[in-house]
Amino acid sequence: MSIKYAHSIIKSMKVTIKDVEHVAKLARLGLTEDEKKLFTEQLSRILGYAETINKLDTKNVSPTSHLPAGRHGAIPMKNVFRVDKFVPCEDLKEIVANAPKEDNNMFSVPRIME
Amino acid sequence: MELFELTAHELHAKLDRKETSAEEIVRSVLGRISKVENSVSAYMTINIDEAIIKAKEIDEYIASEKKITPLTGIPIAIKDNMCTRGILTTASSKILRNYIPPYNATVVEKILQAGAIPIGKTNLDEFAMGSSTENSAYKVTRNPWNLGTVPGGSSGGSAACIAANEAILAFGSDTGGSIRQPASFCGVVGLKPTYGRVSRYGLIAFASSLDQIGPLTKDVTDAAIFLNAMAGHDLKDSTSVDLPVPDYRKSLIDDVKNLKVGVIKELLGEGIGSSVKKSILEAADLLKKLGAKVEEVSMPTLKYGVATYYLLATAEASSNLERYDGVKYGHRSSVADDLIAMYYNTRREGFGPEVKRRIMLGTYVLSAGYYDAYYLKAQKVRTLIKNDFDKAFSKFDCLISPTAPSPAFKIGEKVDDPLSMYLSDIATIPVNLAGIPAISIPCGFVNDLPVGLQIIGKAFSEEMLFRVAYTYEQNTEWHKRKPKL
Amino acid sequence: MKYEAVIGLEIHAQLLTESKIFCGCSAKFGAAPNTNICPVCTGQPGVLPVLNKKVVEFAIKTGLALKGNVAKRSIFARKNYFYPDLPKNYQISMYELPLIVGGHLDITVDGKAKHIGITRVHLEEDAGKLVHKGAAGLKGSTGSLVDFNRTGVPLMEIVTEPDIRSPEEAKVFVQELRNLLVYLGVCDGNMEEGSLRCDANISIRKVGQKELGTKTEVKNMNSFKSVQKAIEAEIKRQTEMLESGERIVQETRLFDDTTGTTTPMRSKEEAHDYRYFPEPDLVPVEPDRKWVDEISKTITELPSAKKTRLMKDHGLPELDANVLTDDKALADFFDECLKLYKNAKNLSNWMIGDLTAYLKAKKIGIKDINITSAQFIEMLNLIDKGTISRNSAKGIMVKMLEGGKSVNDIVAESGATQMFDENDLIPVTAEVIKNNPRSVTDYKGGKEAALSHLMGQVMKATKGRANPEALKTLLVKELRK
Repeated sequence: MSIKYAHSIIKSMKVTIKDVEHVAKLARLGLTEDEKKLFTEQLSRILGYAETINKLDTKNVSPTSHLPAGRHGAIPMKNVFRVDKFVPCEDLKEIVANAPKEDNNMFSVPRIME
Repeated sequence: MELFELTAHELHAKLDRKETSAEEIVRSVLGRISKVENSVSAYMTINIDEAIIKAKEIDEYIASEKKITPLTGIPIAIKDNMCTRGILTTASSKILRNYIPPYNATVVEKILQAGAIPIGKTNLDEFAMGSSTENSAYKVTRNPWNLGTVPGGSSGGSAACIAANEAILAFGSDTGGSIRQPASFCGVVGLKPTYGRVSRYGLIAFASSLDQIGPLTKDVTDAAIFLNAMAGHDLKDSTSVDLPVPDYRKSLIDDVKNLKVGVIKELLGEGIGSSVKKSILEAADLLKKLGAKVEEVSMPTLKYGVATYYLLATAEASSNLERYDGVKYGHRSSVADDLIAMYYNTRREGFGPEVKRRIMLGTYVLSAGYYDAYYLKAQKVRTLIKNDFDKAFSKFDCLISPTAPSPAFKIGEKVDDPLSMYLSDIATIPVNLAGIPAISIPCGFVNDLPVGLQIIGKAFSEEMLFRVAYTYEQNTEWHKRKPKL
Repeated sequence: MKYEAVIGLEIHAQLLTESKIFCGCSAKFGAAPNTNICPVCTGQPGVLPVLNKKVVEFAIKTGLALKGNVAKRSIFARKNYFYPDLPKNYQISMYELPLIVGGHLDITVDGKAKHIGITRVHLEEDAGKLVHKGAAGLKGSTGSLVDFNRTGVPLMEIVTEPDIRSPEEAKVFVQELRNLLVYLGVCDGNMEEGSLRCDANISIRKVGQKELGTKTEVKNMNSFKSVQKAIEAEIKRQTEMLESGERIVQETRLFDDTTGTTTPMRSKEEAHDYRYFPEPDLVPVEPDRKWVDEISKTITELPSAKKTRLMKDHGLPELDANVLTDDKALADFFDECLKLYKNAKNLSNWMIGDLTAYLKAKKIGIKDINITSAQFIEMLNLIDKGTISRNSAKGIMVKMLEGGKSVNDIVAESGATQMFDENDLIPVTAEVIKNNPRSVTDYKGGKEAALSHLMGQVMKATKGRANPEALKTLLVKELRK
């Protein structure tokens, strides 16, 4: 059901400044103009190198999205649960104490623009 | 010999025979720290007062004839990406410059229960991203063997601590080699356990499916003792495995007769320094002389390890680091008129260049249109690498290789070329991708800088690793050499 | 009608577990801000999620009740986006491999049966709450405050196929689904409090057209009525646009209950890139046959089956069956009573009428009262026998509900038994006849109403205990004298 990821053609290795700006926005990372240029070049190089994995035939290979394995290395883990029980937290005050800005026991953030 | 020069098992014997006290041990280590720390810069935080108070408590405990564990009274350094309640934990990043965790990592709880004494938090590459500890936002740690060289990374502070005798045992974490490579550069023992062997709860996450906590120690015996104490199932970590922990000391047998040891061909080829190669082949010869069946083995997919790793690890990291946003803890930018500005500026100010680079890379890899080509493909190549190891382990009991392509490089030598830095992890990375255990032990010197031998085993075969490593150690003298500080 | 509406719903239900989905904090509503938190649900560095087994059980139970397929293997995934109510800035949800796939819920609208398909059911964690400062809502606020009590509360998301064709169908669907979830005991179904939330995807197309039109997403519908109103408004808006040649923009719109209209939420924002990938901190969920069978055994009769049974087997009219099945506890009590009593309609009348009125007045549920089915039937039996009159029974019932005493005890105490015996009634009757000469004259003159008046007077004097039939017979006899 890879609807979102329908692109199976490998995009060109050229990472553009527009790509870098878009990605920085997704990651909420403020970059200077110099950083944008540097990253454009470095990302292109690193991804260009990473492209070497395309040489491998993985048509019939399933992805390893989860480790660990069981004792014999072959049985993947599954069904790890906890019991539905209330466990009180001892560190409540310490958690709120770490707030960069606190107001009435809540975490205060600057205005959210639409 | 000074107390700070001894191993944990030697100190335990002394404590047991009442020849020394926890307070004496702690003071000896603290004294050593005050002498050499200015040169080495291994620590972010040193808990002088708390350590002495704890030592006194432990001494009272021992005096009341209560049973002591192998870790009782032993000073331990903790890598600063592991949460310690009430003690500053920064991951060597500006974005956590004031973060006081409200809880202890599970392994920290375990060693506290065992009566160990945390001495301080050690320096690392920011968020464990790096191979030299030069990416720390605070300080450069120096290799005790040659202060102009790096201690390796990302657990450089912990490895340097052990080499310089600034701690008896040290915690490290390993995502692509971050315990083993600094162990190799600093001439100490470093083990990355099987994924799931040790709880990750409380380890500030870098790449969730690759991270593991492990020991950095002066010898193989200490590594076995330390692993005993930290390993085990944790209900707070869904990826920790519910398998009993054997007593790893029982594996410390000086005997490798008839064990089948594979020497990885591709890791003795291009890209590996010739002197390093020589050390590894000499180590292989010694094992052969001691009765092991040593043969070359080819693992053709290993060369894709670095590329695969830098797609997967950065993708997971980019997501794990999203929580650092100035809302709940840590640094918040003062340039924060509105929420978006707060996010952008906090993260801009708080993260160093390597971290930013990896966040960018990882976000790109996961973004719409690239998932199949990069992330999914890398997960499949990961399966191929795992399969390669499975095939090798059907023939061999363990595999050996150099830990790193070279000994410690000069401070500043690789900072401008990230790709070259990444490629230096070529021998350690595949091990994390496969989730299997590996240990690095000293096996020689090049230009007076240590070289490490990596021994790799299949999942949950730490006992095999200890056996082979112990045998090698008992038949060589490398581990007895210490840096002149 | 030129156009037909195509509607799909996304329902989020908060699950009734003791603890949150990934940590041991309480899942209950209403604590003071940031008092129901821990390192895990506040996204501290280094924490890890651990899945609550009951959450999975509830979702499987729901999936089975909806006749869906329990996936052999399902995987949690990270949905990445930045917002202050999301501590990790990603939500742990499910994406490519949800827990339940397929299923359906049959509803009845205007007497017609309709089969609404379910696409999937999956699990995810809820976010926190934001309080905005300096303004009523987000717009124009000067800052916001975050309360993480709600982060990590387990949510079950149910997505329907776009099978719904009218606002009324949508409303009925939400009501029926809500009843089902309450019946299963997995959710308390309170839309006003937010434990049940509904979003709608709406598009219109020319009747007969196969392709779907551009859809919009409508959010902020906080009651069953709002669901209907909002969808009505949106269909109207889209119809007007298409008829005047405009194109529908794919966007998210918020419903405003006071104006009855929808307004765009983010007009120029690009579609979110959530960068979904499998959650590495959790392992796959692979329910085995045995567990699924155990869960399916805990599913008792569902509302639709119950309704059918009440109508078919016990001959109750649809109206009664509806009222009884809407409240599971009442329906359970009804079934228990039926074990001891044959007259279903009479029982239903009492329960839907006086008993429900009492419960409503006291603002309690049937679970809160002190009465057993045996006691309730005891009372009905006494009425049937005539030992107490219908009128006095109402008062006796209240006493019984409040005090928990048996009906026999109450009757004995208050002397409330009906008076059948003529000899008991004659003195009172004679007194009333003496004191109401005009009514007597009226009756003798042919006015039947006068008799009722005289009966009323005797009833008053006997505090309702006179048996109506016996009294009537006696009065008529006496008045003939």
